[in-house]
Amino acid sequence: MSESPSAPAAPPGSTPDRKPEEKPSFSRAILDAVIEGNSVVVTILAILVAIVLGGLLIAFTTQSVLHAWGDFFSSPGNAIAQAWDAASGAYVAIFEGSIFNPHTVSALFQQKSMSIALHDGTVSSVFYPLSETCVQATPLILAGLSVAVAFRAGLFNIGASSQWIGGAILATWLGYGVNLPIVIHVVVCVIGGFVGGAVLGYVVGLLKARTGAHEVIVTIMANYIMQYLLAYLLGKPKLLEKPGANGNLISPNIASNAHLPLLFGTHLRINAGFLLALACAAGVWWLMNRSTLGFEFRTVGANPNAARSSGMSVTRTWVLVMLIAGGLAGLAASTVIQGTDFSLNFQSYGTYGIDAITVALLGRSKPGGVVLAALLYGALHAGAPLMQASTGVPVDIVQVIQALIVMFVAAPPLVRAIFRLRAARAGGTGQVLSKGWNS
Amino acid sequence: MNLELQGITKRFGSLVANDHIDLSIAPGTIHALLGENGAGKSTLMNILYGLLQPDEGKILVDGQPITVQSPKDALAAGIGMVHQHFMLVPVFTVAENVALGHEETKPLGWLDRRRMRAKVRQLSEQYGLRVDPDALTEDLPVGVQQRVEILKALVRDAQVLILDEPTAVLTPGETEDLFRIMRELRAGGKGVVFISHKLKEVQAIADTVTILRRGQVVGERPPSTSEDELAALMVGRNVQLRVSKTAATPGRVVLDVSDLKVATTQVLVPGEEAALAVNGLTFRVRAGEILGIAGVQGNGQTELCEALMGLLPVTEGGIHLNDRDITGASPRDRLRAGVGYIPEDRQQDGLVSSFAVAENIVLDTYDRAPYASGVALKLGAIRQTATERLAEYDIRAQSIDTPVGTLSGGNQQKVILAREVGRDLTLLLASQPTRGLDVGSIEFVHRRIIEERDRGVAVVLVSSELDEIYALSDRIAIMYEGRFTGFRPPDVPVEELGLLMAGIDGSATPEVPEAPGIREADEAVEAAEDPGAGGAAGVEGAARASEAGGREADGADRAGGATSEGPGTEAK
Repeated sequence: MSESPSAPAAPPGSTPDRKPEEKPSFSRAILDAVIEGNSVVVTILAILVAIVLGGLLIAFTTQSVLHAWGDFFSSPGNAIAQAWDAASGAYVAIFEGSIFNPHTVSALFQQKSMSIALHDGTVSSVFYPLSETCVQATPLILAGLSVAVAFRAGLFNIGASSQWIGGAILATWLGYGVNLPIVIHVVVCVIGGFVGGAVLGYVVGLLKARTGAHEVIVTIMANYIMQYLLAYLLGKPKLLEKPGANGNLISPNIASNAHLPLLFGTHLRINAGFLLALACAAGVWWLMNRSTLGFEFRTVGANPNAARSSGMSVTRTWVLVMLIAGGLAGLAASTVIQGTDFSLNFQSYGTYGIDAITVALLGRSKPGGVVLAALLYGALHAGAPLMQASTGVPVDIVQVIQALIVMFVAAPPLVRAIFRLRAARAGGTGQVLSKGWNS
Repeated sequence: MNLELQGITKRFGSLVANDHIDLSIAPGTIHALLGENGAGKSTLMNILYGLLQPDEGKILVDGQPITVQSPKDALAAGIGMVHQHFMLVPVFTVAENVALGHEETKPLGWLDRRRMRAKVRQLSEQYGLRVDPDALTEDLPVGVQQRVEILKALVRDAQVLILDEPTAVLTPGETEDLFRIMRELRAGGKGVVFISHKLKEVQAIADTVTILRRGQVVGERPPSTSEDELAALMVGRNVQLRVSKTAATPGRVVLDVSDLKVATTQVLVPGEEAALAVNGLTFRVRAGEILGIAGVQGNGQTELCEALMGLLPVTEGGIHLNDRDITGASPRDRLRAGVGYIPEDRQQDGLVSSFAVAENIVLDTYDRAPYASGVALKLGAIRQTATERLAEYDIRAQSIDTPVGTLSGGNQQKVILAREVGRDLTLLLASQPTRGLDVGSIEFVHRRIIEERDRGVAVVLVSSELDEIYALSDRIAIMYEGRFTGFRPPDVPVEELGLLMAGIDGSATPEVPEAPGIREADEAVEAAEDPGAGGAAGVEGAARASEAGGREADGADRAGGATSEGPGTEAK
């Protein structure tokens, strides 16, 4: 039984006289990880490959570069230099827009004193790119966690978008429709966001548990239902429509009491939503790894038959998982409505639903991974406008890079082939990605 | 064709899977390769078939060294292999599967189906394979699919056939069929390599037995060698093939099943009759006895176990555990009530292979003290228990954090055993507890089951291995098409058991529906308490009635239903 012919690289760990291996040293472990191409290394390399390909794409869609290539045989050096400049220029702009912009520091030094600098926002502008990255990452972390939690339980949550809308509707309505004192209003709206999303998730879980409806189909359809429901609500004056919007499909602004508090003054948009997202990531980690509930989730995800035989209720778990997943996606909406947008329009949900899936995939469905992946995507989102403004490369290239990253992450053998890595040991985390479709 | 392996060595890291193995396979012989799981049998054959490359050593065909880089090379050299897991396309016909990768074509690349079919038919007749070339592969029973695999090798003109644990998936009848085919192949001058860890089969079919242990050839013996000697060579120490056990001392009734019916599928159309996998079973199991349920696989044993565990809904009838009605109880309730469950398919139902050993050990107790307080898991307690069990049950894993899927079958089963038997049980359901295990592990599992019995646990053992039934049971129930064809004492002759398993009642031995001695007294008391009781007596009645072709059952109400429809269907 242990001599499976298909896994010759995995010697049976059961061999009677095999001694427990010594713990390898730290440096040795890193070396092994790189050579064997485990999931972390593959992920990093996938990002690298995507960035290189993205750079080529930028270079070869820029007019001046194409002209230079036309004269390749007369001046090959020029063509290559032009291509390099175009690609590196775009990436530098993204970097400056998302992490650190040297110009802001020189501006800081031109200020007469620190107090003035603090006052007029020159200091803030140094940290502005980072703040934007965090702001962009906040809903991605939460929505990514939503998909990741479901993934771990063997469910494929395509419906983060619908759950986002559910949360947004409730949070927005509570934001402008009721009057509450400052702290309480924020909390009530955040809870509203969670509940709004959770209801949507709960319905999906219930349908799957009771009728066997596949969650992929149900969540995709729920996305359509919620998108059009949102448009309908925003167009009805008595419902969500802003008075005097004249069919602009936008809700009234929420009360300032319901705004998530800013963390570092009025010049930076980073707000308590980011902390909420990090807290949720920590909470999900605890739930998954340290609680009986998470143990059930993971068991059901890995082997529902064994879960049933062990007395777990698979259907109850499905409902619970979808409820939590929906709630997390609803929280993502809360952080957007209460943190940055302050009102809801018919396109507010943007691409959060799809981005959530890519973030969860890139983060390997682990909370820490999701946070890192969301920060990376947040940085790309934050830097894209500056890239377009300063180099003329369209912001859409960022979406292409995102897609390329996920593509390579989803195809580890491809990355291993490119970098000539050995296959990871059998039973790695890669299986998580393919789970869910055939559950 | 004479095939020879010389000094084959294969290392996986620090592990030597094959250590200078010499082996010679003569044409027209059946050569058995005997060894425990992990002894290196499959590695050796994968080298021979080109799936693995040896680190040292060479392969010779008729004295000429050959290189086998891939299965293609192996086939070209006349070496064919039938894997444990078949490699067939389910929606193709037999002929299409056989021709796959080797298709006969007419000009312009048209497939020559007629020639394909004719070839299959001819080979099938030549070796007595009895395979219809036009049958759809997915409709065929496992045994026939295996013959298609053999055909695939024959079509490619294999002179040496490697059969990797071919009997693991077969019923006793199919095994007999396979042995007949193997003899035909031998008569046709083919060399057959038969990989197995089952001593009886090896003795029955092989001409030569080579025993492997830990990657080395530890001996070559004729098939007439005693079972004990072969087992000792295989395991490296003396093994008790028959577990010693004292006579049972049955106590009170623990499990009382009355007229249990379980449907295979849900009824979708109202009013339609459901197909019953379990069709009116009535039996009791007492504390401290082992009821062995014998029968060819697929006669409702799986469904019976799942219904007893609450995994399948009961269509009709009742299940009582310690006088408590648990017919509709959830699996969790039953586990809490002290039911232990060793499922038939350990990888599918018993373990989460990606989980660590520790997590699998608490898979059904994770939410109770001391492993949890509230919703928080107590990792310390879990790890401590896991470490203790690892030692107590001799589970050979690198650590408690090792994923269970990387362990051998025997060690996986020990993990399940450690989990289920590690709790305080009142009833243990063991379904095929030693399937696919090696001799050493079988001995261990059997000892543990008997220990549980001696501790006063009622045990229901379902097994299609008669050896196991004989070794463990205090009473044997024989199951056929969802019913019991009889209860017998453990010394019933095997021929009689075989007939009962085929649904034919040729009773010579008196039936023992309950452990003798205590029966009458007990029955009287219970009959007084509950006029509807006496399930076991009812079965006896039912079986007798069917024998006599309709003689009246002695008044047992619940068995009455089974009896009335019994004779007609059962007597076939």
